[in-house]
Amino acid sequence: MATIKRLVLDVLKPHSPNVVEFAQRVAEENAGCRVQVTVAEMDENTESLVVVITGESIEFESVDSALRSMGASLHSIDDVEVLQDE
Amino acid sequence: MSVFSELGLLIRLSNSHDIARRYFVVNGLDGALAMLGLTMGFHVSGGVEISTAVSACLATAIALGMSGLSSGYVSETAERKRELSELERAMVTNLEQSVHATAARLVPVFIALVNGLGPFLIAMLVTIPLWLEQGGIAMPFGALQSAIAMAFMVIFLMGMLLGRISGTFALWSALRTLAIALATSALILLFTA
Repeated sequence: MATIKRLVLDVLKPHSPNVVEFAQRVAEENAGCRVQVTVAEMDENTESLVVVITGESIEFESVDSALRSMGASLHSIDDVEVLQDE
Repeated sequence: MSVFSELGLLIRLSNSHDIARRYFVVNGLDGALAMLGLTMGFHVSGGVEISTAVSACLATAIALGMSGLSSGYVSETAERKRELSELERAMVTNLEQSVHATAARLVPVFIALVNGLGPFLIAMLVTIPLWLEQGGIAMPFGALQSAIAMAFMVIFLMGMLLGRISGTFALWSALRTLAIALATSALILLFTA
Protein backbone atom coordinates (compact mmCIF):
# COMPACT_ATOMS: atom_id res chain seq x y z
CA MET A 1 0.00 0.00 0.00
CA ALA A 2 1.25 3.49 -0.82
CA THR A 3 1.69 5.82 2.11
CA ILE A 4 1.96 9.60 2.02
CA LYS A 5 5.34 10.84 3.30
CA ARG A 6 5.11 14.52 2.51
CA LEU A 7 2.38 17.03 1.73
CA VAL A 8 2.60 20.69 0.80
CA LEU A 9 -0.75 22.44 1.12
CA ASP A 10 -2.00 25.92 0.31
CA VAL A 11 -4.45 26.77 3.08
CA LEU A 12 -6.61 29.78 3.90
CA LYS A 13 -7.54 30.27 7.56
CA PRO A 14 -8.99 32.93 9.87
CA HIS A 15 -6.49 34.75 12.14
CA SER A 16 -7.74 32.72 15.12
CA PRO A 17 -6.54 30.22 16.15
CA ASN A 18 -2.99 31.43 15.61
CA VAL A 19 -0.48 29.46 13.54
CA VAL A 20 1.05 27.80 16.61
CA GLU A 21 -2.26 26.35 17.78
CA PHE A 22 -3.15 25.58 14.19
CA ALA A 23 0.07 23.61 13.62
CA GLN A 24 -0.32 21.81 16.95
CA ARG A 25 -3.86 20.72 16.10
CA VAL A 26 -2.79 19.43 12.67
CA ALA A 27 0.13 17.57 14.30
CA GLU A 28 -2.15 16.05 16.96
CA GLU A 29 -4.20 14.45 14.21
CA ASN A 30 -1.10 12.76 12.75
CA ALA A 31 1.09 11.37 15.51
CA GLY A 32 4.78 11.38 14.66
CA CYS A 33 4.44 13.87 11.84
CA ARG A 34 6.38 17.10 11.48
CA VAL A 35 4.25 20.13 10.62
CA GLN A 36 5.78 23.32 9.28
CA VAL A 37 3.55 26.33 8.71
CA THR A 38 4.59 29.47 6.83
CA VAL A 39 2.35 32.52 6.59
CA ALA A 40 2.44 33.52 2.94
CA GLU A 41 -0.07 36.34 2.95
CA MET A 42 -2.31 38.14 5.38
CA ASP A 43 -5.37 40.35 5.06
CA GLU A 44 -7.91 41.87 7.45
CA ASN A 45 -9.68 38.62 8.40
CA THR A 46 -7.69 35.77 6.92
CA GLU A 47 -4.20 34.48 6.26
CA SER A 48 -2.82 32.23 3.53
CA LEU A 49 -0.50 29.49 4.72
CA VAL A 50 1.91 27.03 3.22
CA VAL A 51 1.62 23.89 5.35
CA VAL A 52 4.32 21.26 4.95
CA ILE A 53 3.63 17.93 6.66
CA THR A 54 6.24 15.20 6.72
CA GLY A 55 5.97 11.81 8.38
CA GLU A 56 6.03 8.06 8.02
CA SER A 57 2.36 7.74 7.26
CA ILE A 58 0.22 10.83 6.76
CA GLU A 59 -3.56 10.40 6.82
CA PHE A 60 -4.82 12.96 4.35
CA GLU A 61 -8.43 12.70 5.59
CA SER A 62 -7.43 13.50 9.16
CA VAL A 63 -5.32 16.46 7.98
CA ASP A 64 -8.29 17.77 5.98
CA SER A 65 -10.60 17.21 8.95
CA ALA A 66 -8.20 19.07 11.28
CA LEU A 67 -8.04 21.96 8.81
CA ARG A 68 -11.83 22.19 8.60
CA SER A 69 -12.22 21.98 12.38
CA MET A 70 -9.94 25.04 12.66
CA GLY A 71 -12.11 26.91 10.19
CA ALA A 72 -9.46 26.65 7.45
CA SER A 73 -10.06 25.67 3.86
CA LEU A 74 -7.70 23.76 1.62
CA HIS A 75 -7.04 25.73 -1.56
CA SER A 76 -4.67 23.34 -3.24
CA ILE A 77 -2.31 20.42 -2.76
CA ASP A 78 0.92 21.82 -4.17
CA ASP A 79 3.25 18.92 -3.56
CA VAL A 80 2.91 15.31 -2.50
CA GLU A 81 5.39 12.51 -1.89
CA VAL A 82 4.11 8.96 -1.71
CA LEU A 83 6.04 5.74 -1.06
CA GLN A 84 4.87 2.30 -2.10
CA ASP A 85 5.48 -0.05 0.84
CA GLU A 86 7.49 -3.22 0.14
CA MET B 1 -8.03 17.09 23.08
CA SER B 2 -9.48 17.29 26.60
CA VAL B 3 -12.65 19.19 27.41
CA PHE B 4 -10.66 21.84 29.33
CA SER B 5 -8.16 22.48 26.55
CA GLU B 6 -11.04 22.58 24.06
CA LEU B 7 -12.84 25.11 26.26
CA GLY B 8 -9.59 27.05 26.63
CA LEU B 9 -9.22 27.15 22.86
CA LEU B 10 -12.79 28.39 22.41
CA ILE B 11 -12.27 31.11 25.02
CA ARG B 12 -8.98 32.21 23.44
CA LEU B 13 -10.48 32.04 19.96
CA SER B 14 -13.30 34.38 20.88
CA ASN B 15 -11.27 36.60 23.25
CA SER B 16 -13.94 35.78 25.83
CA HIS B 17 -11.69 35.96 28.88
CA ASP B 18 -11.44 39.76 28.59
CA ILE B 19 -15.18 40.15 28.05
CA ALA B 20 -16.01 37.73 30.89
CA ARG B 21 -13.67 39.53 33.28
CA ARG B 22 -15.14 42.90 32.34
CA TYR B 23 -18.71 41.62 32.75
CA PHE B 24 -17.86 40.04 36.10
CA VAL B 25 -16.42 43.26 37.51
CA VAL B 26 -19.04 45.61 36.02
CA ASN B 27 -22.00 43.45 37.02
CA GLY B 28 -20.39 42.55 40.31
CA LEU B 29 -20.26 46.26 41.12
CA ASP B 30 -23.92 46.48 40.08
CA GLY B 31 -24.71 43.70 42.53
CA ALA B 32 -22.76 45.32 45.37
CA LEU B 33 -24.31 48.76 44.78
CA ALA B 34 -27.82 47.27 44.53
CA MET B 35 -27.31 45.53 47.88
CA LEU B 36 -25.85 48.72 49.36
CA GLY B 37 -28.95 50.60 48.23
CA LEU B 38 -31.29 47.95 49.58
CA THR B 39 -29.63 47.67 52.99
CA MET B 40 -29.30 51.47 53.24
CA GLY B 41 -33.01 51.71 52.41
CA PHE B 42 -33.88 49.27 55.19
CA HIS B 43 -31.60 51.13 57.58
CA VAL B 44 -32.93 54.63 56.91
CA SER B 45 -36.52 53.43 57.09
CA GLY B 46 -35.90 52.39 60.67
CA GLY B 47 -34.95 48.77 60.12
CA VAL B 48 -37.00 45.71 59.23
CA GLU B 49 -37.30 42.15 60.43
CA ILE B 50 -34.12 40.27 59.58
CA SER B 51 -36.11 37.60 57.70
CA THR B 52 -37.71 40.33 55.56
CA ALA B 53 -34.28 41.84 54.79
CA VAL B 54 -32.85 38.41 53.91
CA SER B 55 -35.79 37.57 51.62
CA ALA B 56 -35.68 40.97 49.91
CA CYS B 57 -31.91 40.77 49.37
CA LEU B 58 -32.10 37.19 48.11
CA ALA B 59 -34.93 38.08 45.72
CA THR B 60 -32.96 41.08 44.44
CA ALA B 61 -29.80 38.94 44.01
CA ILE B 62 -31.79 36.33 42.05
CA ALA B 63 -33.34 39.06 39.88
CA LEU B 64 -29.89 40.57 39.23
CA GLY B 65 -28.51 37.14 38.39
CA MET B 66 -31.36 36.33 36.00
CA SER B 67 -31.10 39.75 34.40
CA GLY B 68 -27.35 39.25 33.82
CA LEU B 69 -27.85 35.70 32.59
CA SER B 70 -30.56 36.52 30.06
CA SER B 71 -29.15 39.84 28.82
CA GLY B 72 -25.64 38.32 28.53
CA TYR B 73 -26.92 35.34 26.56
CA VAL B 74 -29.12 37.33 24.18
CA SER B 75 -26.53 40.01 23.43
CA GLU B 76 -23.58 37.62 23.13
CA THR B 77 -25.50 35.19 20.90
CA ALA B 78 -26.36 38.01 18.51
CA GLU B 79 -22.77 39.31 18.58
CA ARG B 80 -21.19 35.86 17.99
CA LYS B 81 -23.60 35.04 15.15
CA ARG B 82 -22.72 38.30 13.45
CA GLU B 83 -18.98 37.63 13.86
CA LEU B 84 -19.37 34.09 12.49
CA SER B 85 -21.28 35.38 9.45
CA GLU B 86 -18.58 37.98 8.78
CA LEU B 87 -15.89 35.32 9.05
CA GLU B 88 -17.80 33.02 6.72
CA ARG B 89 -18.06 35.83 4.17
CA ALA B 90 -14.29 36.48 4.45
CA MET B 91 -13.46 32.77 4.14
CA VAL B 92 -16.11 32.23 1.42
CA THR B 93 -17.05 28.96 3.10
CA ASN B 94 -19.44 27.45 5.62
CA LEU B 95 -17.77 27.19 9.03
CA GLU B 96 -20.50 25.07 10.67
CA GLN B 97 -18.06 22.19 11.37
CA SER B 98 -15.35 24.44 12.79
CA VAL B 99 -14.34 25.56 16.28
CA HIS B 100 -15.61 29.01 15.32
CA ALA B 101 -19.19 27.72 15.06
CA THR B 102 -18.75 25.79 18.34
CA ALA B 103 -17.47 28.98 19.95
CA ALA B 104 -20.44 30.93 18.57
CA ARG B 105 -22.75 28.40 20.29
CA LEU B 106 -20.93 27.86 23.60
CA VAL B 107 -19.26 31.18 24.36
CA PRO B 108 -22.60 33.02 24.90
CA VAL B 109 -23.46 30.39 27.53
CA PHE B 110 -20.11 30.96 29.29
CA ILE B 111 -20.47 34.75 29.13
CA ALA B 112 -24.09 34.57 30.30
CA LEU B 113 -23.05 32.46 33.31
CA VAL B 114 -20.35 34.95 34.27
CA ASN B 115 -22.73 37.85 33.64
CA GLY B 116 -25.38 36.28 35.87
CA LEU B 117 -23.21 34.72 38.56
CA GLY B 118 -21.09 37.88 39.02
CA PRO B 119 -23.83 40.11 40.47
CA PHE B 120 -25.54 37.18 42.20
CA LEU B 121 -22.43 36.01 44.07
CA ILE B 122 -21.30 39.53 44.96
CA ALA B 123 -24.79 40.36 46.21
CA MET B 124 -24.80 37.19 48.30
CA LEU B 125 -21.39 38.11 49.69
CA VAL B 126 -22.71 41.49 50.83
CA THR B 127 -25.66 39.88 52.59
CA ILE B 128 -23.55 37.39 54.60
CA PRO B 129 -24.05 39.43 57.85
CA LEU B 130 -27.82 39.18 57.38
CA TRP B 131 -27.62 35.42 56.89
CA LEU B 132 -25.39 35.07 59.96
CA GLU B 133 -27.76 37.16 62.06
CA GLN B 134 -30.68 35.07 60.89
CA GLY B 135 -28.71 31.94 61.76
CA GLY B 136 -28.32 33.17 65.34
CA ILE B 137 -24.83 34.70 65.11
CA ALA B 138 -25.22 38.26 66.38
CA MET B 139 -23.34 40.96 64.48
CA PRO B 140 -21.43 43.41 66.71
CA PHE B 141 -22.81 46.57 65.00
CA GLY B 142 -26.17 45.19 63.91
CA ALA B 143 -26.91 43.10 60.82
CA LEU B 144 -27.89 45.93 58.47
CA GLN B 145 -24.94 48.10 59.45
CA SER B 146 -22.60 45.12 59.01
CA ALA B 147 -24.09 44.42 55.59
CA ILE B 148 -23.57 48.08 54.62
CA ALA B 149 -19.95 47.85 55.84
CA MET B 150 -19.56 44.60 53.88
CA ALA B 151 -20.89 46.34 50.74
CA PHE B 152 -18.30 49.12 51.12
CA MET B 153 -15.55 46.54 51.64
CA VAL B 154 -16.59 44.50 48.59
CA ILE B 155 -16.80 47.65 46.45
CA PHE B 156 -13.35 48.69 47.68
CA LEU B 157 -11.92 45.24 46.81
CA MET B 158 -13.55 45.30 43.37
CA GLY B 159 -11.96 48.69 42.81
CA MET B 160 -8.60 47.15 43.67
CA LEU B 161 -9.31 44.34 41.22
CA LEU B 162 -10.16 46.92 38.55
CA GLY B 163 -6.89 48.72 39.27
CA ARG B 164 -4.92 45.48 38.92
CA ILE B 165 -6.68 44.69 35.64
CA SER B 166 -5.98 48.12 34.20
CA GLY B 167 -2.40 48.07 35.49
CA THR B 168 -2.90 51.31 37.43
CA PHE B 169 -2.36 52.04 41.12
CA ALA B 170 -4.81 49.63 42.78
CA LEU B 171 -5.42 51.76 45.87
CA TRP B 172 -6.35 54.80 43.76
CA SER B 173 -8.78 52.72 41.74
CA ALA B 174 -10.25 51.28 44.97
CA LEU B 175 -10.68 54.76 46.43
CA ARG B 176 -12.50 55.87 43.29
CA THR B 177 -15.02 53.00 43.49
CA LEU B 178 -15.37 53.70 47.20
CA ALA B 179 -16.19 57.33 46.34
CA ILE B 180 -18.94 56.05 44.03
CA ALA B 181 -20.35 53.98 46.90
CA LEU B 182 -20.20 57.00 49.21
CA ALA B 183 -21.93 59.19 46.61
CA THR B 184 -24.63 56.51 46.24
CA SER B 185 -25.12 56.42 50.00
CA ALA B 186 -25.28 60.22 50.15
CA LEU B 187 -27.96 60.29 47.41
CA ILE B 188 -29.97 57.60 49.21
CA LEU B 189 -29.77 59.56 52.46
CA LEU B 190 -30.67 62.78 50.65
CA PHE B 191 -33.76 61.38 48.96
CA THR B 192 -35.02 59.08 51.68
CA ALA B 193 -34.31 61.04 54.84
